[in-house]
Amino acid sequence: MALAKITSVSGRGVYVPGNDIDTDRIIPARFMKCVVFDGLGEFLFYDVRHTPEGVPTGHPLDKPEHKGARILFSGANFGCGSSREHAPQAIHKAGFRAVVAENFAEIFFGNSTTLGIPCVNATREDIAKVAAAIERNPAIEVTVDVAALEVRFGAEKIQITQRQSARDALVNGRWDAIGELIDGLPAVKTTAAKLPYLAA
Amino acid sequence: MTPKSLFEKVWDAHAVRTLANGQTQLLIGTHLIHEVTSPQAFGMLRDLGLKVLMPHRTFATVDHIVPTNELVEPYKDPLAQAMMDELRKNCAQFGVTFFDRASGKQGIVHIVGPEQGITQPGTTIACGDSHTSTHGAFGAIAFGIGTSQVRDVLATQTMALGALKVRRIEVNGKLRAGVYAKDVILHIIRLLGVNGGTGFAYEYAGSVFDGFSMEERMTVCNMSIEGGARAGYVNPDETTFSYLKGRPYSPKGAQWEAEVANWKSFASDPGCRYDDVVKIDAADIAPTVTWGINPGQGVAITENIPDPAKATSDDERAGIIEALAYMKLPAGAPIKGTKINVAFLGSCTNGRLSDFQEVAKYIKGRKVAPGVRAIAVPGSQIVALQCEKLGLDKILAEAGFEWRAAGCSMCLAMNPDKLIGDELCASSSNRNFKGRQGSITGRTVLMSPVMVAAAAVTGAVADAREVFAVNSN
Repeated sequence: MALAKITSVSGRGVYVPGNDIDTDRIIPARFMKCVVFDGLGEFLFYDVRHTPEGVPTGHPLDKPEHKGARILFSGANFGCGSSREHAPQAIHKAGFRAVVAENFAEIFFGNSTTLGIPCVNATREDIAKVAAAIERNPAIEVTVDVAALEVRFGAEKIQITQRQSARDALVNGRWDAIGELIDGLPAVKTTAAKLPYLAA
Repeated sequence: MTPKSLFEKVWDAHAVRTLANGQTQLLIGTHLIHEVTSPQAFGMLRDLGLKVLMPHRTFATVDHIVPTNELVEPYKDPLAQAMMDELRKNCAQFGVTFFDRASGKQGIVHIVGPEQGITQPGTTIACGDSHTSTHGAFGAIAFGIGTSQVRDVLATQTMALGALKVRRIEVNGKLRAGVYAKDVILHIIRLLGVNGGTGFAYEYAGSVFDGFSMEERMTVCNMSIEGGARAGYVNPDETTFSYLKGRPYSPKGAQWEAEVANWKSFASDPGCRYDDVVKIDAADIAPTVTWGINPGQGVAITENIPDPAKATSDDERAGIIEALAYMKLPAGAPIKGTKINVAFLGSCTNGRLSDFQEVAKYIKGRKVAPGVRAIAVPGSQIVALQCEKLGLDKILAEAGFEWRAAGCSMCLAMNPDKLIGDELCASSSNRNFKGRQGSITGRTVLMSPVMVAAAAVTGAVADAREVFAVNSN
């Protein structure tokens, strides 16, 4: 299966402030009562975007000027908590193709990479710079360049970092490991044969 | 030979090969699945025309969505029933053992694995659930994974992963009376932070862990992920082996001795290298409760709720302000005395026999305070039966706890057990995130089961040592 080489993502950005944004907040558990991932996009951050009565709270994602944004900016420890892949699935289905944060919780990071969503790290100061630029001009074109490790917006740019294995997987089009894992099946059998507890 | 940690030994034994991006193709010996994160993975298998590579190493149960007060299908919630049906269909089609409710072995996946003897030392385990770290209590390396990785493990019995660093966390000395395993892990997370474990596996050690039962070790390992660690483990020892002896999937006869020798060989070698070592004095750990919206926001029961004015950084200040606004708690006031509406006993953290035994010991003859809704949810059908044989269910019921059927229940409220409005819940579960217990304004205070009992009988967050005159564990 040939996968796209994800070297950069461009589009409008939106800033969702906060640290320790957990996957329950990204997609509340009640929306996981499903056997397919379709339709999760509309429930992204649902309980932050709505009051208990269902009235929109004016969350950044619901502001008309941010409709169609493709790049999500946030704070530290983004995606902590539950391992639910429903979280990056909801982000992807809501139209986002990259997340820029100070850092990420590990399982979320891995899940996102496997879906081809680059998660890249930037400093708080730099994220604030981009957020300010988006605030001034929500239509500003933002590019997350995974290959060059920078985010460009207008005439400005900031440096980003990304774990080498993820960057390699994205830019070389091997972010979904299933093909490679299947290729390794003969070696899997050899390793498994050395582990008695795996005997049928 | 260079001394190695358990993590390195297990990793090396299961490393198949290095992938192009530098990650390892890691063999996963045991795959546990449940109804919430597996259906899409089976769907992907069908789309790709793949089968389950090792159905005999794949075990399913149903836990997240099962109603705990409704035993007969179809369930009132058609979405829950659909997930149940889907798992049953997938297990039948792909030849996977399913610990269904009719088997008498159903329960929370992290309770079922150990009690069946499926969870064993020196093995790798994966499950589409972040609390898979629980199984590390046996000296296994156990990973919570997403659904695409569930697909990977179903199809290839492997997944792509980068090696972790190892931090040894030693807790030495003697825990004070009324301090439990739950307090130990809440203390560790408070100390190291909710993302302090990023990039690490935690090796828990020291005299406190040496003396812990398997159930206590599981409680601590369970919440490793709440500290950001991808895995957590305790080296296997006689406590581990005696727990496993005679369980349905444990080795039998002559195989037993051989396997125990093999299991012992996985324990970390003396003098092995750790990427970090943290030492904690057991006497410094108090009964701990959370006051905020992540598990690192905890205080000793004798302490006050933090005051943003006294925060030492902007981050901390913003964190306190956000948390207190959500929790509707006053800055700087004692946490003790905070009124509760609900008491929840259960979850993969604290839903085992010893948890209910300890609560029953103290709550016998006491009554849940008027106006408090209290539920006790055993972690598995087997735990339920063990409790019922000992009459613990009756003691709890007489005190005013509803005794329910096994499941995840109000830990994440995917079933009908939910907080209502901004109810505040004294909970033995593992997460106090906003909205976690099923109401978008619901509030959670995490604590040990005995502290939940103390809160239940007094109607407020309380010091169990005072309420019950706890003098020894």
